[in-house]
Amino acid sequence: MALSEQEILAGLGEIIEEIVGTEPSEVTPEKSFVDDLDIDSLSMVEIAVAAQDKFGVEIPDDQLKDLKTVQDVVNFIQK
Amino acid sequence: MSKTDVVVTGLGATTPLGGDVSTTWSALLDGRSGVSTLPEEWHDKLPVHFAGQIAQEPSEKLPRPRLRRLDRTQQFALIAAQEAWDDAGAPEVDPLRLGVVVSSGIGGILTILEQYDTFREKGWKRVSPFTVPMLMPNSPAAAVALEFTARAGAHAPVSACASSAEAIGNAIDMIRAGRADIVIAGGTEAAIHPLNIASFASMRALSTRNDDPQRASRPWDAQRDGFVMGEGAGILVLESAEHAAKRGARVYAHAAGVGYTDDAHDIVMPDPEGAGQARAITQALTDADLKPSDIVHVNAHATSTPAGDVGETRAIRAALGDSAADQVAVTSTKSMTGHLLGGAGAVESIATILALHEGQIPPTINITELDPEVAVDIVRDKPREMPSGDVAAINESFGFGGHNIAVAFRRA
Repeated sequence: MALSEQEILAGLGEIIEEIVGTEPSEVTPEKSFVDDLDIDSLSMVEIAVAAQDKFGVEIPDDQLKDLKTVQDVVNFIQK
Repeated sequence: MSKTDVVVTGLGATTPLGGDVSTTWSALLDGRSGVSTLPEEWHDKLPVHFAGQIAQEPSEKLPRPRLRRLDRTQQFALIAAQEAWDDAGAPEVDPLRLGVVVSSGIGGILTILEQYDTFREKGWKRVSPFTVPMLMPNSPAAAVALEFTARAGAHAPVSACASSAEAIGNAIDMIRAGRADIVIAGGTEAAIHPLNIASFASMRALSTRNDDPQRASRPWDAQRDGFVMGEGAGILVLESAEHAAKRGARVYAHAAGVGYTDDAHDIVMPDPEGAGQARAITQALTDADLKPSDIVHVNAHATSTPAGDVGETRAIRAALGDSAADQVAVTSTKSMTGHLLGGAGAVESIATILALHEGQIPPTINITELDPEVAVDIVRDKPREMPSGDVAAINESFGFGGHNIAVAFRRA
């Protein structure tokens, strides 16, 4: 069963809070990981691994670098 | 050309006795032990069941997301550095004139061991991407430089248990060389893990006094049977006297000089004659432009091992000469903190500086029967008042590898 966008957003919010300490309410679709959420590349690797555990979707390294915003990750997981 | 006068303007520490300098210092004067029992599940695997574990966990001061990307050595260093920086009055300084010299004797060994466990159990993808910047031995220096935007250079001299005394010496040298106006200097260690305890125990270096852990660290006692492993950090803010005066900073003491030597005798055993240790003291005196009779106090390395403690007292006597050596009050604060390895020299330099500043020398506890070979006067059980006037004191730190460091501080 596919997860809704809201469920993915909530899950990502939990992951990002755990890894970098950002308030889940800050994690909204239009936000850029680097520019808005101040998340560096090593933390993105951690987030991708945690997202794989949570959503069962593997994010390959060559695609991770193209995921710039929260919406990009939501779309990738929904696909 | 006369040397640049370097002064101490800030102090910070997190130790087995307390989460900051003031609680650590009052525990030292009270003669309290910071040694406690290790987790029960380690006991059946190890001959040693106690250590000087940190009094205040970093999680009480740093948020969780920061903790997960910092090795425990970095966590301790950042906590102590923040205290030292605030204590110095959070000075305004050009980032290009702010340096860092922060050491660890072992480096991020807990990260290495934890991530190896993760690797074996879950595979490479679950290994933290922060593993390398956490385990590298320069990681505490780098974390402090990043936190305080110090761009004059960040260094991490490694000389086992002499590392953080060497860091303070290097910081003095860095200011004298004109490379920085302020240097955040010291050391940190976080290595309490069954493997590390097993490694020191297999050398027969650790006390196994499991029936009386708080009395196990007993430098110069006739029945001493090894050191007690500890963890923690000490950080000093060192500054050119000119810079400190210009901003009206409070000065604890002059960081007057340093001596560095190596025994080149054995990879771990100190030279029993203490010749290299004595040379370090002599060099520190020369570097600091001090006479032996100026030295009223030595915070000794004395770790409570049968091999080291007595030789050090002979070295002090040889370096100072009989008349000055008869007057010097010697102590080992390791009797209370345990041995903080790469953190020892900095925490003990702080004790030396505060002894000068507060006029009280902390005691050595746990001596029941003084080893008859001890060649100097040991401050036992109760603090002793320090002479008034323009006096000086030395912190000594030695490390496996034959490293001998003596740092001289003069009353401000």
